[in-house]
Amino acid sequence: MDREVIIRADNIVKKFGDRTILSGISLDIYKGETFVIMGGSGCGKSTFLRHIIGALKPDSGKVHLLGKDLSSLNEDEMDKLRMKIGMCFQSSALFDSMSVGDNVSLGLREHTKLDKSVIDIVVKMKLEMVGLRGFEDMVPSQLSGGMRKRVGLARAIAMDPEIIFYDEPTAGLDPIVAGVIDKLIVDLSKKLNITSVVVTHDMKSVFSIADRVAMFYEGKVLEVGQSEQIKNSKNPMVRQFISGSPDGPIKFFRQKDDYLERLIA
Amino acid sequence: MNFFEKIGAVVLSVYSYIVDVTALFFDTIAWLIIGPVKRKSAKRAGIFYQMVFVGAGSLIITCFVAFFTGIVIAMQSAYQLGKFGANIYVAPMVAVSLARELAPVLTALVVAGRVGAAIAAELGTMKVSEQIEALETMALNPIRYLVVPRFLALLIMLPCLTILADIVGIFGGFLVGVFNLKLDPYRYMTFTFKYMAWKDVWTGLVKSVTFAVVISMIGCYMGLKARGGAEGVGRATTLSVVTSFILIILFDCILTGIFFFANQ
Repeated sequence: MDREVIIRADNIVKKFGDRTILSGISLDIYKGETFVIMGGSGCGKSTFLRHIIGALKPDSGKVHLLGKDLSSLNEDEMDKLRMKIGMCFQSSALFDSMSVGDNVSLGLREHTKLDKSVIDIVVKMKLEMVGLRGFEDMVPSQLSGGMRKRVGLARAIAMDPEIIFYDEPTAGLDPIVAGVIDKLIVDLSKKLNITSVVVTHDMKSVFSIADRVAMFYEGKVLEVGQSEQIKNSKNPMVRQFISGSPDGPIKFFRQKDDYLERLIA
Repeated sequence: MNFFEKIGAVVLSVYSYIVDVTALFFDTIAWLIIGPVKRKSAKRAGIFYQMVFVGAGSLIITCFVAFFTGIVIAMQSAYQLGKFGANIYVAPMVAVSLARELAPVLTALVVAGRVGAAIAAELGTMKVSEQIEALETMALNPIRYLVVPRFLALLIMLPCLTILADIVGIFGGFLVGVFNLKLDPYRYMTFTFKYMAWKDVWTGLVKSVTFAVVISMIGCYMGLKARGGAEGVGRATTLSVVTSFILIILFDCILTGIFFFANQ
């Protein structure tokens, strides 16, 4: 298989203080695939995501995004690259001072010279794609969690990005809305040939959307492979994670530790 | 930690704080200058929105404070000057103390409490709910997009509010002079403008420009540094008001000193 590598992480190491979050992660992500990163909370998957979008700089190692070495780019070049990616945040991160329409159109208004009427049409199209036609004038505080996620998704795809990153897209949603979001992710990558990188620990969504899966554990890649291959993995840690069993090689006390961390974070 | 280590820790944290705020200030200035060149200046609509919030929104409270301050200075100085039969000097007393000192400082304190706190709370909430990060991933620099409009709005509106406070405060003193001290209105105003020099007004405006920089930079810095959810936002807001108050008084003292000694 000779596919184009769109994201290459090369031995990424990151420490916060004396806590090592990422201890040498190397991954290749190919153009057009849906790549899922799964793992327990605090295993470094969100931190890794922030490295590949250039929000954090690694202590050592290199990230290549769309063929460019992130460490060699200046702020302007980085901004040009950022316009080719979209990001869906865990908390949606909608701008609450703006209406839904303004949220979606912000990137277009700031980065393009398109006419307002054209932008309005694009916004309508993007909202239609996420099933929120006619919601332009609502403000984020009027929306439910699932709707906010979908507006976040519409905003991420507004600039027609080549890669979309999702940080826990289905966390905290009811199963039906989670299913809708999963379907949207698949649709977008199949219809528009967008590369999707999804960070999640929702097992149901992992195997319904993923082409390939990587399992992170304590800042390392435990196993990476095709969706089927991970599903039938022999690795006891992966098996435990998929089945969600409290007994196994991954100890509960660690998870308790992480739970505290999640509450504080 | 022993005593000296504690002192060292405090000094180091204050030092890094000063360095960070100064860096934010220079970044803001850089965006102000290179922004238009790179066609990435702050949006005019955003600046006007902030100007309405900072200026028009603070009108009533600024006038209220200035009006009663004018009345109070008039009464307090009449208490002293009356002993010498020099009641007419209430007029320049009110005008000069307002223009040089009270209008810029009190207006800045009011605006720091109202606008500085709002800036810290808004940016802090945006920070803890990942909105700042969302801006960055959309290739929108938070300094250009959020800090510059607030900085400009304060820089323009705070001196305007100060001039307004000068006028309203003088009017407050005028009412006391005319209705309580039975001074001739025409004579009161003549004395006011005879003793109030341009220098009194522009030194006051220099102060208010400095305070505008302090309020906007501290508010934005505290907001952008906020972390840890609602409590973090609350802490950022409190810290921004307290720090702004301290710095306003401190810079007031420094600037007054400079104007005072430069005159000798």
